[in-house]
Amino acid sequence: MSSHSTATHRRPGLVMSVLKNNIGIICVLLIIGVILSFMSEFFLTKDNLISVLRQISNNIYLALAMTFVMILGGIDLSVGAIVAMCGTLTVGFIVTQKMPMATAIPLGLLLGTCFGFFNGCIVAFFRLPAFIVTLATMNIARGIAFVYSGGRSTRIVDDGFNAVGTGYWLGIPYPVIYMVILIFAFTVLLNRTRFGTYIYAVGGNREAAHLSGVPINRTIITVFTLSGLLSAFAGLVLCSRMYSGQPSIGQGYEMDAIAACVLGGVSMSGGVGRVSGTVFGTIVIGLISNGLNLMGVSSFWQLIVKGIIILIAVLIDSQKGQQSFVHRLIARLTSR
Amino acid sequence: MADIILEMKNISISFGGVHALKGLDFELRLGEVHALLGENGTGKSTLVKVLGGIHQPDTGTIVIGGAPVVMKNVHAAQARGIGIIHQEIVLVPHLSVAQNIFLGREPTTAGLTNINRIEAEARKMVAALGLDIDVTRPVASLSIAKQQMVEIVKAISFNVKILVMDEPTSSLSDEEVEKLFETIARLRAQQVSIVYISHRMEELFRISDRVTVIRDGTYVGTRVTRETNADELVSMMVGRDLKNFHDRSFHDIGDVVLDVRNLTRDGVFDNVSFSVRKGEILGFSGLVGAGRSEVMTAIFGGTEFDSGTIVLNGREVRFRTTRAAIESGIGMVPEDRKKQGLILSDSVGYNLTLAALRHVMNGPFLSDRRKDKLVRTYFDSLRIKAASPNIEVSSLSGGNQQKVVLAKWLATEPKLLILDEPTRGVDVGAKHEIYSIMNHLAGQGLAIVMVSSDLPEVINMCDSVCVMRAGRIVARLAREELSQENIMKYATVGEEVPA
Repeated sequence: MSSHSTATHRRPGLVMSVLKNNIGIICVLLIIGVILSFMSEFFLTKDNLISVLRQISNNIYLALAMTFVMILGGIDLSVGAIVAMCGTLTVGFIVTQKMPMATAIPLGLLLGTCFGFFNGCIVAFFRLPAFIVTLATMNIARGIAFVYSGGRSTRIVDDGFNAVGTGYWLGIPYPVIYMVILIFAFTVLLNRTRFGTYIYAVGGNREAAHLSGVPINRTIITVFTLSGLLSAFAGLVLCSRMYSGQPSIGQGYEMDAIAACVLGGVSMSGGVGRVSGTVFGTIVIGLISNGLNLMGVSSFWQLIVKGIIILIAVLIDSQKGQQSFVHRLIARLTSR
Repeated sequence: MADIILEMKNISISFGGVHALKGLDFELRLGEVHALLGENGTGKSTLVKVLGGIHQPDTGTIVIGGAPVVMKNVHAAQARGIGIIHQEIVLVPHLSVAQNIFLGREPTTAGLTNINRIEAEARKMVAALGLDIDVTRPVASLSIAKQQMVEIVKAISFNVKILVMDEPTSSLSDEEVEKLFETIARLRAQQVSIVYISHRMEELFRISDRVTVIRDGTYVGTRVTRETNADELVSMMVGRDLKNFHDRSFHDIGDVVLDVRNLTRDGVFDNVSFSVRKGEILGFSGLVGAGRSEVMTAIFGGTEFDSGTIVLNGREVRFRTTRAAIESGIGMVPEDRKKQGLILSDSVGYNLTLAALRHVMNGPFLSDRRKDKLVRTYFDSLRIKAASPNIEVSSLSGGNQQKVVLAKWLATEPKLLILDEPTRGVDVGAKHEIYSIMNHLAGQGLAIVMVSSDLPEVINMCDSVCVMRAGRIVARLAREELSQENIMKYATVGEEVPA
């Protein structure tokens, strides 16, 4: 706290502000947690909770970047395909091309970064809707993965590479540690740097951002580049955990990331959102899948449940700040 | 003679062949509040944009502090010490007040923005203007008035010497206006020169030192506020040529078609009552933002209203959808032809039948034969100049596009036709054609309500005119009372003028 702060202007502590800003989703989280702990004695075990954390870590990588993209007023549909492209190619570099890890991994990350940069340039310079641009590049990335691998998955047994996704530190899986570091880094980026402020400005009121001298194109390109980088990273970790590079992985990952953001309060129309909200959104989705798994619900049914949850979240989002839908419905019916 | 800080000489600018400013002169002294007055669409906002570096003039010079300057963009204008408060608020809603003030030039420490410093600085600036605003709150949570204050603080923080305010009071309550005036007084005391644009006459007399009147993009004159009065300013604002207008033929007026009583929508329009009869053209005059279009949209079922009654042909109605209004015999030619009136990428014929599809059905199917017949009828009778009804409506001239919109509504066979700015952006020839169509329709017994900011048009075409100001009808003038001065007085000054 700086010396300028007075009692009336004191910034609430970090924990308090996170709680206050995400009160709705935290309640949802607790309710789900309580229900699950009653329905399955296995739920609250350490093993299960760690496995939940590992499962959500992958979605967190993507959802963090998606949060930035969505606050900017955009969307990135290509993340799942970049996961597949970068994972498949990196495994291929090591297994087929016999490249050393120290070259293959940076190259894989660079590939995703360049792809995101390309997305960003098209969106920024041609003023095209990100939805259309990334819908197109999604197919390109997925296609590259298939062409490179000939559609086959490549097995990788390399202790160094496999450690990336399966290693432990003090009993905590590496992917969970990456997740914690990234959450911290993205929180700082969004809240404590100019870049973060510019993301809100471009998404909240582009005209105002322009008139204030915010570098709009640079902000857009940087955000999409970050999204590409994180997607590539997610692809590496995933392939390492699966001991193989598969061109068909990552399907629908973009939807999971978007769902996590929306559940966490990121607005579909831009300008609004927080890293902490997205993290909670991801946890809710993770817990629901875990709970459905524990209860033996088939993955086909899980899709339906997930779809309904996203729909509800979007409905709630669209009703914010207006008369509620129910209220309007009643008003309309009674005034007939 | 006080120091002249800004001089604009012989400024001209045109957009697509339309002259927005024609050799305009303007001069601003150090530390004065200089009001800029003129009718709607007379070039005030264009002048502001030239000053702010948003538009570049075709000819003319701008001299600031004795040196001629060229302002290529917004930043160049900011660097010259010019701050603009636009009519619409331009802030990022979900960033805090402090973040908005420093947007684009945040102080950083080791790459991280120093929020404490931003907030401390912002707090100092807010306090310096004697304002009470919590700088940590998001802008969206503040009232419009406070948001405007934030805009002022932000402008001042760029070290402005010239502050331009474009209709700053248009969305403020009386108390908020007082607060704004206090702020303006403080700024003047700090030797900031202010260009103040407003339609509201009483405000100009309260806060300005001098007034410059412009009309149709040209300079009319400058007066010292203390030495002039509302009558003189109104006569300077108006005075456009009334000749060469379509001669309206007047008929006997029939029964009441539409009777509106005490129509109110909180904060938008208040206790609006009027009626219009068969064969009558009723004008609605007033300044932009007086609530004219909003009243019409509410009658037409496009928006809700809070209280009041609408009686159409003796039956009380309240349309929940525009479709219901159309089926009851109301047609409305909206204000913005391109956005609200037409589907630009489709054909003339398609647009023409869109609102009247029920007249071209054959059982459950669209009948091409009936459609063609309908299209042909209006295409010919309104003399729409297009190669064929099948070409894209966007390729037509403004006047012909407007005729298509008109035809679209006539095809619904309305009993009441609402026209919102029917001749805006239309060339002189097409204007006259539209007038003669209106004349003809009125002669056939159609009731017409015309919202228009074009005073000569209102005076020539209407049987009587309602003048609106700040959401209320302040006068209903009969044909013999119609004059530009009279209408403009009611529109700007309001009730205190004796009828």
